[in-house]
Amino acid sequence: MDFFSITLVSSLVILLVFLATTDKGRRGLQLALRSLWLHKLRSFLSMLGIIIGTSAVIILMAFGEGSERDVLEDIKRLGTTNIIIRSVKPTDDANTNRRQMVATYGLTYQDLEILKTIPSITRLVPMRIFPQETRRGARAHHSRGVATVPRYAEVNELTLLDGRFIVEEDDERMNNVCVLGLETAKTLFPFEEALGSSVKLGEFVYVVVGLLAERMPTGGTGGSQAAEDFNQDIYIPLQTARGRFGERITMRAAGSRSAEKVDMHQITVTIEDVDKVRPTGEIVRAILSDPDRHPRQDWALTVPLDRLELVERTKANIRQSLGIYASISLLVGGIGIMNVMLATVTERTREVGIRRALGARRSDITFQFLIETMVQTGIGGLLGVGFGVSYVFAHAALKALPMAAMLFQDGSPSPILHVPSITWSLSTAVGVGVIFGIYPALRAAYMDPIEALRHV
Amino acid sequence: MPEVLRIENLHKRYSVESTAVHALKGVNLVVHQGDFVALMGPSGSGKSTLLNVLGCLDRPTEGSYHLGGEDVSKMTDDQLSSIRSRYLGFIFQQYNLLPQYTVVENIEIPLIYQGVRMNADSRKRCIGLAELVGLGQRLDHRPMQLSGGQQQRVAIARSLVNRPQLILADEPTGNLDTKTSHEIMVMLSRLNASGKTIVMVTHENDIASWSRRIVRMRDGEVESDLPNTPEPIDFSGPPLPMHLLEEAA
Repeated sequence: MDFFSITLVSSLVILLVFLATTDKGRRGLQLALRSLWLHKLRSFLSMLGIIIGTSAVIILMAFGEGSERDVLEDIKRLGTTNIIIRSVKPTDDANTNRRQMVATYGLTYQDLEILKTIPSITRLVPMRIFPQETRRGARAHHSRGVATVPRYAEVNELTLLDGRFIVEEDDERMNNVCVLGLETAKTLFPFEEALGSSVKLGEFVYVVVGLLAERMPTGGTGGSQAAEDFNQDIYIPLQTARGRFGERITMRAAGSRSAEKVDMHQITVTIEDVDKVRPTGEIVRAILSDPDRHPRQDWALTVPLDRLELVERTKANIRQSLGIYASISLLVGGIGIMNVMLATVTERTREVGIRRALGARRSDITFQFLIETMVQTGIGGLLGVGFGVSYVFAHAALKALPMAAMLFQDGSPSPILHVPSITWSLSTAVGVGVIFGIYPALRAAYMDPIEALRHV
Repeated sequence: MPEVLRIENLHKRYSVESTAVHALKGVNLVVHQGDFVALMGPSGSGKSTLLNVLGCLDRPTEGSYHLGGEDVSKMTDDQLSSIRSRYLGFIFQQYNLLPQYTVVENIEIPLIYQGVRMNADSRKRCIGLAELVGLGQRLDHRPMQLSGGQQQRVAIARSLVNRPQLILADEPTGNLDTKTSHEIMVMLSRLNASGKTIVMVTHENDIASWSRRIVRMRDGEVESDLPNTPEPIDFSGPPLPMHLLEEAA
């Protein structure tokens, strides 16, 4: 919490303590509640602006929090200390395609060796992707064949359901072993025990040594980062893939054939410290930008941490615009309340005269009307908070209603209650009461008691 | 008897729409404790202005006003408020009860502004005063549920709650019928008989005849100031539990 909200909240608390403990405070509070209760509809209508203002702030802040969490979780899945370098097929590659029927592009083993020399990099996880059919007897699954190294599992936070992941030994000995993603395993082994069985990938047979637990796919947001669904994967050791498939990958799709020669589709680079992520990203970018190494732009770099910064910026923007909305609606609400209070003061001129004659000081009158306005805005704020908070909790249920599809976009974030926004909006509402209540209260206090007593 | 109030050479001037009005032109008045003064005069004679000054709702332009030994003519607004809450009791023609309050709560108001802490004792005192004016059965009624005479009795109880040195009554029977007026005047006379000092504005001779002294005003000056022998109190009305007054006062 920042200084601003601490000040707001503590003044609110002091006010409440004063109202609850002193005789004068209790009496003023009681008086205010009573006179508001006397004009229920009027009080409610004049509070409406404040109610709408506060509930809007609470709901919008909750949506802000919700979308922030969504993005943060996505970033976390990608890893904040990671940099992801992918091979990208250049679009203007027609000639290579025609002549050789083989597209050669992307990251090379040479790149990998150079990247290994950067000291801040603690981990390099290369992978190759084969869109190959995996078979088990008559069953086939269009899985994403991933050739990689043991550390892939930790980088992508994969958890094993059973067995083990690929180990160094598999890689060194080019063992024909594989690990299945959840969906792949379910499709190929609907009834049998998958572990220890064998599957066919391309022309070779691989023994299943591990099964993965379900893993949330990473979102395809953020431009260059493609969505990855780990549940459709089959993992084999990188060296095994090099030995069995060679450097060329052939794909068949809808009667046409295309081949490509790609050393590595992706390298996930882990950096030792969050602070060094961006500088290291720049170094990697500089290395890969060397025209001798990559004459064409056939690679893409994703730094998840950059998106974190984007989120922070978005959040600051949301805050700022919320502040503007909130001040406008509270200003409107405050003016409404002031208007009603001015009418109330006029209506109760005689009451002011009577109280003055019976010994009320100007400050007593000011206090009385000020408390009344503050109680009014405070109750309005509480109602607004109540409405906003219940909306936040009811959102999921509302979204499930049949008509809701018209209102809510698919994949729109779910709101999460932003607790400080409750205290802000509540204390701001009371503050509005003070600001807009002062003038009517002083007007009542500075009436001539004789005139006021004569008022009909 | 000690003096309750002393006014010397009191002037009050104000302007209404840039016309200067000289409402009081050197009024002198001394009221002793236990007195019952009827202030009479035609409209525009300055009696209302004088009552406002006496009630510390208005400050004199010139002259001095001592209330209970204190010079109140130069006091600030807050000091005057404090004087009103400690020394004065008001009874108005319009009763001037607060409609949102019950009988007891209306009687309590002056105590609140005196800064008295509300407790069982103060509550008991207010109930006692309500009983004194014969409204012990209607403690939780609101003014709208009471007749004019009953409302005025609540106002009398309210004017007594702060044990005032001086009760100011502005046409206390102006809105009441003859029978009810009689009841109210009996009550005021009894309060006076028990030692309360009362200054009452009226324009009715038979109301003024209840007092012990009649001050007539004309054109901002005291025209005559004569003692009056009130008729003996008619005890045919409902009996007043005077012991309550002793307790209350």
